Amino acid sequence: MTILVTDSGFHTEERAWDFRSPDQLPVGQTGLAVELASDADPTTLSDHLQTIDLIRVNFPEFADGRGFTIARVLRLMGYSGRIRASGHVIADQYAMARRAGFDEVEIDDEIAARQPEEQWLRRANWKSHDYQALLRA
Amino acid sequence: MYRYSDFDDAFVRERVAQFRAQVERRIDGGLTEDEFKPLRLMNGLYLQLHAYMLRVAIPYGTLNSGQMRQLAMIAERWDKGYGHFTTRQNIQFNWPRLADTPDILDALADVEMHAIQTSGNTIRNVTADHFAGAAADEIADPRPVAELIRQWSTDHPEFQFLPRKFKIAVTGSPNDRAVTRAHDIGLRMIRNEAGEAGFEVIVGGGLGRTPMIGKVIREFLPRTDLLPYLEAIVSVYNALGRRDNKYKARIKITVAESGLDEFRSRVDARFRQLRSHFRGADQAMLERIERAFAPPAFRSAPLGRYEIVQRTDPAFRSWTDTNLAPHKAEGYAIVTVSLKAHGATPGDATSGQMRVLADLAERFGHDELRISHEQNVILPHVHKSDLPEVHSILGEHGLATANVGLISDIIACPGMDYCALATARSIPIAQEIAQRFDELKLEHGIGELKIKISGCINACGHHHVGHIGILGLDRAGVENYQVTLGGDGTESAAIGERAGPGFPAEEIVPAIERLVHAYLDLRNGRQESFLQTYRRLGIGPFKAALYPERVDANAA
Repeated sequence: MTILVTDSGFHTEERAWDFRSPDQLPVGQTGLAVELASDADPTTLSDHLQTIDLIRVNFPEFADGRGFTIARVLRLMGYSGRIRASGHVIADQYAMARRAGFDEVEIDDEIAARQPEEQWLRRANWKSHDYQALLRA
Repeated sequence: MYRYSDFDDAFVRERVAQFRAQVERRIDGGLTEDEFKPLRLMNGLYLQLHAYMLRVAIPYGTLNSGQMRQLAMIAERWDKGYGHFTTRQNIQFNWPRLADTPDILDALADVEMHAIQTSGNTIRNVTADHFAGAAADEIADPRPVAELIRQWSTDHPEFQFLPRKFKIAVTGSPNDRAVTRAHDIGLRMIRNEAGEAGFEVIVGGGLGRTPMIGKVIREFLPRTDLLPYLEAIVSVYNALGRRDNKYKARIKITVAESGLDEFRSRVDARFRQLRSHFRGADQAMLERIERAFAPPAFRSAPLGRYEIVQRTDPAFRSWTDTNLAPHKAEGYAIVTVSLKAHGATPGDATSGQMRVLADLAERFGHDELRISHEQNVILPHVHKSDLPEVHSILGEHGLATANVGLISDIIACPGMDYCALATARSIPIAQEIAQRFDELKLEHGIGELKIKISGCINACGHHHVGHIGILGLDRAGVENYQVTLGGDGTESAAIGERAGPGFPAEEIVPAIERLVHAYLDLRNGRQESFLQTYRRLGIGPFKAALYPERVDANAA
């Protein structure tokens, strides 16, 4: 089972999403969910941003930080829907993920068992102590 | 000097608290060693050959006396009574216990210091000209810009898991003492034809196993565009840099594989997106930082006994010849205190020596100290009338070695005596070379000569940019030392050329001696330095000196 982590802790998925790859987006539909690999180029979605509700970015391993740039670029492109980090993300990266533009993190049971909710909640204060907030205004 | 704001202080305290919790989770099993590793690295903690090593940042190499005394205390209380100053303006403690490291970080926070981002695949401690704010040849003090970059890069959410480590250096002088052309990004503070302040931006330099001189990606970047432009470079690199092979993961390879023009156009596109997100708060911060770096109140005073002692005391005279650099203020000098006493470990200082240096800074040096990438300590602002007393106090503590810029002022990485990556020893080779040329009483006659020694291909000892570079390798279990010639880390940067096959440990010092004797025979008088002679004649005659048996064999 997968667990969604937000600022308020652990949650379960509220609905089933039909994740599609960026080159298989149906024309004329809205409310889409897209799956991006860590080596994907997010600018390929630039014509579809209005039709997408959720973009899930995969972290194949926690040391692969490309996902942080993908989220940042999506926000720079003006995307305002949900962005989710999924895969091998650890609690210590939660603040980075939120600051880079992610709304939530999806983890599996194994990570959730080793890194219980309280460790993630400890980083829910990601808006504090943020140098970027001082310099970007 | 910059003092921490409440924000900086709270940030560093919070980081220590997080790290304390991470150490506890590691000890109780909540974090695997694999997961703990990047977290400890983000806080400067390495696992070395024999023990943990804590690398503490000395941002842009600037310290006050209180900070130096705290480093002395840390060395005494939690280590073995000494610290090692590195080529990246850091200090390393080689023997801390894991459980003590949160307390050490707390002690650092007490004096506005930290070990954040001194390791790991992130933007590392920002380095700058060690004569910043003092040098006669300076256009502008690079430290305010370096401090701005420190704040921007600290905990930057996008850049904590880059393909590889990332190093930025800044210089405010046309004479490059910060090796900007061998950094991932080098910034040279310049003025354009209209007289406006800005930067020449150099990208993709680096040493390591694939040494490259950086390329100019932007000839003139207006000062106000600095942070969005840096962010654009690092962001493009984060997406594009290779993650399949750590030896090809540095930005120099990304730039080489993409081509500079393609890389630049991607950076420009990202910069256009980012520019509007920096709307002046960064510049207001820079102004605040600049006020903090206002020069000290230099005094106007007669030179006192300075010139008399210079005439009458040959040891003092020799020290002033080698260890002083021109200061921008009348009557002042920049003093480089050599941590390269003949036979000592380059860059090591005991707690006692650190306290002496702190006292000298407080009494004679406007409370400022610097650490140079050449692993020496600098008193940037000393009035010349105080130099005889400063020299005499330094002498009482083994700190008056008159060898700055000479053959025994060697950069050496820790090598196999400490480092888990090393393939050969570096420190003993540096010690033997220094002692040998001291015995020969030749080093002042040789003049400026930079020897740099690395104990493995990762080149922490900067051997590629040494006039003479020495690289220690492992050849079937035996240490073997390769020599490179003609490297240069300054504004005329060049990568040294490999001279030929390596030498076993017992033959490397005699080989260097042959090389130096060849130079002394070949030079056009004392005015021509080793590097100038090398550039005039090329590698040929130096190779012949290094490998005389080959010349004999060819003749026979």
